[in-house]
Amino acid sequence: MSEFLFQALLTLDGTVRVATPLILCAMAGMFSERSGVIDISLEGKLLVGAFVAATIAYFTGSPWLAVFCAIGASVLVALIHGFACITHRGNQVVSGLAINILAAGVTVVVAIALFRQGGQTPILDRGDRFGPMEFWFVETLDPIPMLGAVYREFISGHNPITYLALLVVPASAYLLYRTRFGLRLRAVGEVPAAVDTAGVSVAWLRYRAVLLAGVLCGIAGAYLSIGQGAGFVPEMSAGKGYIALAAVIFGKWRPVPAFLACLMFGFLEALSARLQGIDLPLIGEAPTHLMLALPYIMTVLLLAGFIGRASPPAAIGVPYTK
Amino acid sequence: MTAPPPLPKWADLFVLPVINLLVAFFICGLIILALGENPISALVVMVKGAFVYPGSLGYTLYYTTNFIFTALAVAIAFHAMMFNIGGEGQAALGGLGGGLVCLWLAPSLPAGIVLPLAILGAAAFGAAWGVVPGYLQARRGSHIVITTIMFNFIAASLMVWLLGGPLLQQGQQSPQTEAFEPAGQMPKMHDLLGGLGIETTSSPLNLSFVLALLVLVGFWVLIWRTRLGYEIRTVGHNPDAAHYAGINVPRTIIVAMAIAGGLAGLMSINELQGVQHRVILDFTAGYGFTGIAVALMGRNHPIGIFLASLLFGALYQGGSELDFEFQSITRDMVLLIQGMIILFSGALAYMFNPPLARFIARVAAKRLEARHV
Repeated sequence: MSEFLFQALLTLDGTVRVATPLILCAMAGMFSERSGVIDISLEGKLLVGAFVAATIAYFTGSPWLAVFCAIGASVLVALIHGFACITHRGNQVVSGLAINILAAGVTVVVAIALFRQGGQTPILDRGDRFGPMEFWFVETLDPIPMLGAVYREFISGHNPITYLALLVVPASAYLLYRTRFGLRLRAVGEVPAAVDTAGVSVAWLRYRAVLLAGVLCGIAGAYLSIGQGAGFVPEMSAGKGYIALAAVIFGKWRPVPAFLACLMFGFLEALSARLQGIDLPLIGEAPTHLMLALPYIMTVLLLAGFIGRASPPAAIGVPYTK
Repeated sequence: MTAPPPLPKWADLFVLPVINLLVAFFICGLIILALGENPISALVVMVKGAFVYPGSLGYTLYYTTNFIFTALAVAIAFHAMMFNIGGEGQAALGGLGGGLVCLWLAPSLPAGIVLPLAILGAAAFGAAWGVVPGYLQARRGSHIVITTIMFNFIAASLMVWLLGGPLLQQGQQSPQTEAFEPAGQMPKMHDLLGGLGIETTSSPLNLSFVLALLVLVGFWVLIWRTRLGYEIRTVGHNPDAAHYAGINVPRTIIVAMAIAGGLAGLMSINELQGVQHRVILDFTAGYGFTGIAVALMGRNHPIGIFLASLLFGALYQGGSELDFEFQSITRDMVLLIQGMIILFSGALAYMFNPPLARFIARVAAKRLEARHV
């Protein structure tokens, strides 16, 4: 029984680890999409953030500076998206796609020019990146059965960015539902003309949403390369931006449900990693491929209205023209 | 600011794309400069690598073939005002369809039967992967962009599972199927030309290129000379008007997406039957995404798509030369150029429209003035 508990705890631990970048990116996508700007460029911003964080951490040895620079770079990318989608009323999907391809190219090109290691950054030392945060009383609580293990493995010992991501969710919900900015943001994604009539700038509101998305994706990127990993590897975002987008849709463009979707998708990935090659009773070999594809399949089913109904913000994808 | 005068059609079709392309290249040049290399010599290396070295043209046209198929898959959806990002998944499934035909029939039947069936199989499986998002968009109202993205990932998982399990070659570790028998292999162009007495350097260019050219012509006929093409374009311009005119809008969308998937699926013929001679993992290698750039540049017209495919084929082949000639820049530069092209000729396509239109109007006015004086 304690073995099972231990395995379960490790899986939950893995869930939180996998879900951290998803949560940050999902909140980013939610803000952008609630303002009416489709954001498939979460992936690209994540990748750029990861690369810049690893590079700065390597040269300066300061993970905090690295996070700030990752945010800066990701915001810059978000500005391109805003410039194309808001200022020039370009196609938002095309812009996002361009950014994703640009990000895949530019990170590798610069990495090769800087480090000559086939697009990777050198492996970072422990001091250059974020380690796990040990909470107080871990030693004190350790002898207590159950509680001690739960506290040690599940509550304590995560990355600082993980705790930050968990704080971002209520903060996002507050911002979206309890502030003037949030009200206007929701309005601009539904009926931008009404916001415009009220004398509030549609473009500036949308820019702020897009920039906010840039900030969050930058942090998520830093988590990949200097939190969870120890350096940048080409394509290390590996579709996480898209899974986060799926989580946004799965959460019906709302912060808490999107967060829960991230946890669920993270759990599926952590569980499938744990069940790799293990025979389960009744089922046989664990269907890990199916489990990894499940987030995408469920999102398709949800969008098609087979499990609940997800209706996007009314003005999503439509550039605003006065 | 007053509204700019409308851009003349010739400028919209030729001048604007060229400006956008030049800006994209210019920015990439600046980046190469910042990396400490000479952009002009990089360009020279790429042009030589794409057209001049022996066999390079064959490689360029081989890449071109891939882009023609994936770009047409995007273009036909665009004509129905839909965004097909699912080229990757549709091509992967196409590879599965064509591959199954070859694995099953090539040992016992001649190439003259196997290859046409493989082409049909690739198109059918690709179409199946396109038709589901089409159906979900048309009948259930799910957004085609999201659904096709999700279908790319589902296809990738499916292929990993199939090639790592049920279809895995005996005694192999890397995920791939058994090799196709010769009857399941597309003839190479240098062999065919050699048979006619024309000696050319060997390259991966195969008969799929001819198939691609035929499909380009077929695409033109379909879109501008058939009833279905007319319906697709009408639905794309105005679904309400199409509905009132008696066109079955959902059916048209579904059919357009089926054709799109089939076209993307054909890309696998060039890669698998043409070169790899087995089904491998990730053979789509981003061609499906690049097809979007090609379709945007080619303005969804077969001639434009052919030219843009040639450009991207040259970029891919020329870009691989960069690895040998330079220290700091590699073929990954091509991804950057590609991203810039999508950004400027896609998302920012109309940034230069108003200034260009004003400029042309001013020149025209001056000329008119001069004539009157």
